[in-house]
Amino acid sequence: MSESATATVDTSQALSGTQDVRGPRWYTGRDAIMVYILVVFLLYAMITIPRFATPVTTGFLLLDVIPTLLIAMPMTLIIITGEIDLSVASIAGLSSAVLGVMWAGGANIWVSMAIALFVGLLAGIFNGVLIAFVGLPSLAVTIGTLALFRGLALVVIGDNAVANFPKEITAFASSKIGTTGIPVMVIPVLVVVVFFGLLLHKTAFGRGLYAMGYSKDAAHFVGINEGRSKFWLYVASGLVSASAGIFWTLRYTSARSDNASGLELTVIAAVLLGGVSIFGGKGSVPGVLAGVLLIGSLNYALRLGRVSDVVLVTVTGLLLIASVIAPSISSAISTWRHDQKLRRQLSDEATATAVN
Amino acid sequence: MQHSTVYENALALSLHGAMKTFGPVVALADGTIELRAGEIMALCGENGAGKSTLVKILAGVHAPDTGEFIVAGQHCSFKSVADSKAMGVSVIYQEPTLFPDLSVAENIFIGRQPKNRLGLIDHGRMRKNAATLFERLGVPMDPARRAEGLSIADQQLIEIAKAISLDAKILVMDEPTAALSGVEVDRLFKVARSLRDAGAAILFISHRFNEVMDLSNRITVMRDGRYIDTHLTRDVTVERIVRDMVGRDVDTLFPKTEAALGETVLAVDKLGRKGVFSNISFEVRAGEIVALAGLVGAGRTEVARAIFGIDKRDAGSVTVAGKALPPGNPQAAITSGIGFVPEDRRKQGLVMDLSVARNTALTLRHKFSRFGLIDGRAEKRTAATWSRKLQVKTSSMDQAVSTLSGGNQQKVVLAKWLATEPKVLIIDEPTRGIDVGTKSEVHRLINELAGHGMAILMISSELPEVLGMADRVLVMHEGLITAQLDRNEATPESVMYAATASQEKNS
Amino acid sequence: MSSPSHGTLNRAPASKGLGPHTSGLGAFLKLRELPVTVALVALVIITTIANPLFLSPQGMKDLMLNATIMMLLAAGQTMVIVTRNIDLSVGSILGLVAFGTGTIFSSMPNMPIPLVLLIGIAFGAVLGAFNGLLTVWAKVPSLVITLGTLYVFRGLNNAWAGPKQHFAGDRPEAFGNLSVDTVLGMPIITLLAVIVVIILAIFMSGARQGRDLYAIGSDPEAAKLFGINVSRRVFTAFLINGSLAGLAGVLYASRFNAVGATTGSGLELDVVAAAVVGGVAIFGGSGTVIGAAIGAILLNTITSSLTALRVDKFWQQAIVGVLIITAILIDRLASLRHAKNLREKEGRNV
Repeated sequence: MSESATATVDTSQALSGTQDVRGPRWYTGRDAIMVYILVVFLLYAMITIPRFATPVTTGFLLLDVIPTLLIAMPMTLIIITGEIDLSVASIAGLSSAVLGVMWAGGANIWVSMAIALFVGLLAGIFNGVLIAFVGLPSLAVTIGTLALFRGLALVVIGDNAVANFPKEITAFASSKIGTTGIPVMVIPVLVVVVFFGLLLHKTAFGRGLYAMGYSKDAAHFVGINEGRSKFWLYVASGLVSASAGIFWTLRYTSARSDNASGLELTVIAAVLLGGVSIFGGKGSVPGVLAGVLLIGSLNYALRLGRVSDVVLVTVTGLLLIASVIAPSISSAISTWRHDQKLRRQLSDEATATAVN
Repeated sequence: MQHSTVYENALALSLHGAMKTFGPVVALADGTIELRAGEIMALCGENGAGKSTLVKILAGVHAPDTGEFIVAGQHCSFKSVADSKAMGVSVIYQEPTLFPDLSVAENIFIGRQPKNRLGLIDHGRMRKNAATLFERLGVPMDPARRAEGLSIADQQLIEIAKAISLDAKILVMDEPTAALSGVEVDRLFKVARSLRDAGAAILFISHRFNEVMDLSNRITVMRDGRYIDTHLTRDVTVERIVRDMVGRDVDTLFPKTEAALGETVLAVDKLGRKGVFSNISFEVRAGEIVALAGLVGAGRTEVARAIFGIDKRDAGSVTVAGKALPPGNPQAAITSGIGFVPEDRRKQGLVMDLSVARNTALTLRHKFSRFGLIDGRAEKRTAATWSRKLQVKTSSMDQAVSTLSGGNQQKVVLAKWLATEPKVLIIDEPTRGIDVGTKSEVHRLINELAGHGMAILMISSELPEVLGMADRVLVMHEGLITAQLDRNEATPESVMYAATASQEKNS
Repeated sequence: MSSPSHGTLNRAPASKGLGPHTSGLGAFLKLRELPVTVALVALVIITTIANPLFLSPQGMKDLMLNATIMMLLAAGQTMVIVTRNIDLSVGSILGLVAFGTGTIFSSMPNMPIPLVLLIGIAFGAVLGAFNGLLTVWAKVPSLVITLGTLYVFRGLNNAWAGPKQHFAGDRPEAFGNLSVDTVLGMPIITLLAVIVVIILAIFMSGARQGRDLYAIGSDPEAAKLFGINVSRRVFTAFLINGSLAGLAGVLYASRFNAVGATTGSGLELDVVAAAVVGGVAIFGGSGTVIGAAIGAILLNTITSSLTALRVDKFWQQAIVGVLIITAILIDRLASLRHAKNLREKEGRNV
């Protein structure tokens, strides 16, 4: 073949000597930037907002973000595989309703919670079967189950609200660790975060999710069972959403059918802000953690800073838009610079050969 | 027969000395073709001879770097598909792109649908116009039905109808018959002949010599990106065409080290997948390199996918080292010792955004797990070991594979499979799109692996690679194995005949 | 000409002289709007048998009024979904425009109503154009962009309205009467919506630009190859969808008693649901405006029927969920069967 006209000149080798390509470093990555923004913001808030750096603030802030943070974990993994789950808040609402009705019906509180969790599990299985095994598009399925599960919550509890949960349990749900202001509930939530973090970043299963999100074909070729992985993710999402629903119920001492409604979009916004690509294949748990905390603390700070409650949503929206547009812009710039460099190199080579 | 008149007909299109390069790769060195009104010109050449690049130049997809291009007496340089269409050139591809959700009529007339007095699309007239076109072509087709689910043959007819409606004088058919059945081919030929008799110039590309001899008036042969010769069909034999096509010595680029063959490692028995291939049986022994040759679309890759379990098989069995494999389960195939280097490494072989280390370790993700957690250092160590063995040029194990050159990417794919220490390695097009330097490195590597007792099944469309590397050559044609040739029986001619299934007629 | 034994899928024999049309019944049965229409008719019949009051003039009027807003939004959303995009911000656009309408009337009660309609449409168009611009220019999936603008627009609405609400008393009576007076038995706002939906339906099936939208959703890459200006068409789809949401906003202010900071929140998913139930494929390429409008009517009618049938009203939303899932399930099963047929029928005879 070397004698033929299709002979190729290997410029890639010539270039590789001069090209300075480095892998991404952890301190320049997308996650790190999120963490920097979060830290800078927190420092700014502590200095300029009078009551920000107090245990009370910390406590309320953390209690507020717990449901979002919980649900964001399975959501991160789901979006990394290139799917989505819009039904999470409805599952939380359903589990809240079930918890309320069971308790009001005289069941033991622990039994009620277990059953609420179990309902979440079933909801997750339902989503999982339709998406992973029947192969329906997750966007459409979960729009459907968003209505279905919220509807079932209404069927279960109707217009009623159940509020008379045992005092010691509701108090525990918002209790703090000593005088630190950090809620006790942060501990189990951290366990969940660490669990999903390890699952995504440190297990064979997690490796498979990235591969799937980037290319179903590539994943298939290394023996990853796409259907089964997705199924378990939706099951996990159902369980975690139900836990978030239970927490919501106890924290606000109220089981209602519309608990946590609209939370799905907040969660997705936080996950995307945390650097997860809606196309799948990219994202990390630390990044999402920073994203959730940033949205949470920003909202809280604005509220403390007397910025009217109402601008909060705008800020969330703008952050989300900025976070997805920024990579487009930066990649456009880097492509341009790469082209320029290549062009210069080629013209240098051309002049060099001309001289010879 | 109108052969005698062909040279007197008006020149419809001529291209001389067209060259096209993509970066360092020369896809076309001397593209030369001459088409006259009222003739069917066949274009023959091996895979990689530059036919598709030539077609793309005619279609306006690529602009040639050099060369003289004349259409209907005018010098042309097409900058887009629209330019080419405007000059009356229409291209029918092997797999046309239609909009599945639109109707047949609309697919023909999209963007130029007939309008009524209100300025709205006149659906009735559009359908009638389409029906008229199909009537002219003599084929039954319902213009109102959605294009979704149409056979490839019917889709091509829609493209032809579109070409006629655009008043195309030059029709380029790029391997239109590859996916067609016998009756469908007959129908297509009938249409092609009637268009020719109406004065159109047709460029017909096919690997099937019986079709070429049957349909064309003249034959142009290309090889290695160059124009070789043009013959009058009635004056030429298939042997001559084949010689023109392969006309090169198999060089000594492929130093086959003789390895002692061991036990049978991979046994495939009567494998079948409905509508794709059937009755595929063969064995590969330890230390043996078996090439699966044939034309693109013959079903080679599909066989490999079914062996590995990417696609489910409908019939037959696969055994690795005496153990039967369950159907449709790649993980089981990997565990039992098969590795599969797929043909499209960017989409199937690698996760481009992940690092060299992660990609290399993806096949071993279960092995590195301690108590469920992956040992990152062990992972990197293994990846580094294999990268060193294969001399992958990368600045670090953390570099994303998307930043590597094609050859180095291919080495990462090889590394990730070799790391599983497979008994059988299936390699689909091992050197496609790889620079020459790395190419011979890959060949040396495959030889070495066989030398160490690995059983290798290699799919390749490059004859020199097949003939130089393989101990045994299996040739496929339209979903069947048409020949099993030993190293000494395999010649360019014998493989080519089996691949085009024309031996019974012409040899 | 003998037709080949395979590759003839569902093809009606095109005998000579018999025009190019498919058999009427076959084409009718394949209409994507058919399931939703049948469901709607069945629902209405069953409910009427059980409770004759359901189809009384007042009952009809209520049905129509309830469906009006959703019909407009679903029609607009269809345009966007057909191009393989989605607009989640419609609820927020509607809210902003509705509040704007209230504000106009409270400060300038004598403003002519048609002018207010135009202002509302223009306002919606600007917001829609913003979505379109971001989607087309930044090449980011519209799902994310419009999730962002859902918040941004809602936030603007909050900032503008604060705790303030505009009530029915603030606006001219003639404006409120748009939702009370009837022409041809239809409330005026419903009539307006129906006319808009019909115009849009004609555009989608009868204009080249409309057909381009289907081509884009069917195969975006091929559409580019065919020389369709994908960016401009997608942008236009967002623009028109925004204007329809704007119109819906003005009509909302006429129909409902109060408009404020939270008007229209949560509507977006209902709208998408209506389109999906109406046979619009969530990944683009097929579905009609009429189907989506019927889907919207069906979803709204369910609420009323359940009341009329004395079914616990709490079941309504769950039934909507079941409907959506059924709709996509039917679609999927049909296409699965189709794909299998294709391979076995059209492959080689091996």
